[in-house]
Amino acid sequence: MNAWANIKAITKRELGGYFTSPVAYVFLVIFLLLAGFFTFTVGNFFERGEASLMSFFTWHPWLYLFLVPAAGMRLWSEERRLGTLELLLTMPITTWQAIVGKFLASWLFLIIALGLTFPVWFTVNYFGSPDNGVIVAGYVGSALLSGTYLAISCMTSAMTRNQVISFIVSVMICLFLILAGFTPVTDLLTRWASPLFVQTIAAFSVMTHFEGFQRGVIDLRDVVFFVSLIGFALFTTGVIIRGHRAG
Amino acid sequence: MIKVENLVKAFGPNRAVDDISFGVERGEVLGFIGPNGAGKSTTMRVVTGFYPPTAGRVTVGGFDVAENPLSAKRLIGYLPENAPGYADMTVHGFLSFAAELRGLRGDARKKAVVRAVETCFLDSVLYQTIDTLSKGYKHRACLAQSIIHDPDILILDEPTDGLDPNQKHEVRGLIKRMGEHKAIVFSTHILEEVEAACTRVIIIDRGKIVANGTPEELKARSEVAGAVRLKACGVTAAELNEKLSVLAARTEILSQDGAHVVARAYPRERGVNGAFAGHIAELAQRERWKLDEIHVEEGRLDEVFRAITLPDTVKGSHS
Repeated sequence: MNAWANIKAITKRELGGYFTSPVAYVFLVIFLLLAGFFTFTVGNFFERGEASLMSFFTWHPWLYLFLVPAAGMRLWSEERRLGTLELLLTMPITTWQAIVGKFLASWLFLIIALGLTFPVWFTVNYFGSPDNGVIVAGYVGSALLSGTYLAISCMTSAMTRNQVISFIVSVMICLFLILAGFTPVTDLLTRWASPLFVQTIAAFSVMTHFEGFQRGVIDLRDVVFFVSLIGFALFTTGVIIRGHRAG
Repeated sequence: MIKVENLVKAFGPNRAVDDISFGVERGEVLGFIGPNGAGKSTTMRVVTGFYPPTAGRVTVGGFDVAENPLSAKRLIGYLPENAPGYADMTVHGFLSFAAELRGLRGDARKKAVVRAVETCFLDSVLYQTIDTLSKGYKHRACLAQSIIHDPDILILDEPTDGLDPNQKHEVRGLIKRMGEHKAIVFSTHILEEVEAACTRVIIIDRGKIVANGTPEELKARSEVAGAVRLKACGVTAAELNEKLSVLAARTEILSQDGAHVVARAYPRERGVNGAFAGHIAELAQRERWKLDEIHVEEGRLDEVFRAITLPDTVKGSHS
């Protein structure tokens, strides 16, 4: 298929772009350091005495909050700043092929970063006998979570040629998606709002939907939630890009 | 190959391109000139499918750019203004990527890259990243990208901007050569370039086409076109003026030093005409002036350009 060949070409270029610049290496090192720090020090991995990666996955929504927008902020703003957007969109490809190609490249990069946390998985298997099914579910959930943040960063990146603005706006949106279902916040809300209202708001939160994965449950509803958020954000990206050109 | 009909492109209330129409056929090189902000780049961006038109129709090779963008884009090679390129890619990687998006695979892709590299003299920088290139090389890398699939139509937005005189000469030659079997549109600020490479010129000002013709036709619109410039010896300016008044509408003395007088005589009837110069030469022979130099002025494009594109207020104060 022609469409897939185009998407592949763009994905390859974009992913290559990460690794030819120092961005990828800085990102990977920081991601792994922070993941380790949260898991072992803040999460008390050893003291818990549990053969699970709960203390690892629990921190991912917070870890991704800053790191994913940092990886995604350049996606479109860089194209606009360099003027290569004009080059890309006058090629015989559709806008959505470009959007999907670039998104897949960055997502693949985030999944590689996530994959590099495998020593944690080895560790827990070395010390005990965890339920590896639960761990796999955790990884799937974490990948979906990073994809969702990334799609949002993609959208904010298309809004502006300024990467800093793109970063801040996407952090704010992602933070909202966390806080809407973050237990301390929802507990606070229930004091003056009706439980139904709080529940409705919480249903939009990535926390609510990520929880199942951490417990080892891959619920179709949760998957649909993440995938539809990704779809919505990428669709909006397309609308924004078209809007710039329509004038 | 390219047909633009009543094209309008507006950004909010501002009409960057205001109802323009033109066509370009295979074998034509169309030069687009105009002041900054006249709408040259905007027009090109609509033709290449980057901007959707606000009104009007653009067809490329028979395909409507708005309705059938992919088929239209396949036929076009495009060099955007300022020659953008992916800063972190090597020239080779960049060209391979462009070839891949153009649907070239395997051997065909390798050959296309080699050909484009040769045409644009990029061998020496092939494995350098684009952000380390000088402006001239960066420009040529982007030009190479535009011709990688040997397109039937080339749209080049200021292809010689930032090049040194030798490179400019090369690129002009390249445009001229490719123009023999392609349809080319290019924009420029350099008027000699238009004369050197174009078969047709469009002057665009404030979103409208103000002149459209061959470089010769446009030059003929110049005030001095058809006038005869002569450098004579052994005659005074006053005498020259008086004698020429029989033949010429008016005579302008351009300079005068010692025995030499340089003058420009305007014919009674406009247009480039050999007879007028002949009459002057005969007159000079009869009067025994020694003519060091005599030639018919072709007209100057820069003069026509200024006359057409200066805002009315400025024009008024000049004349």
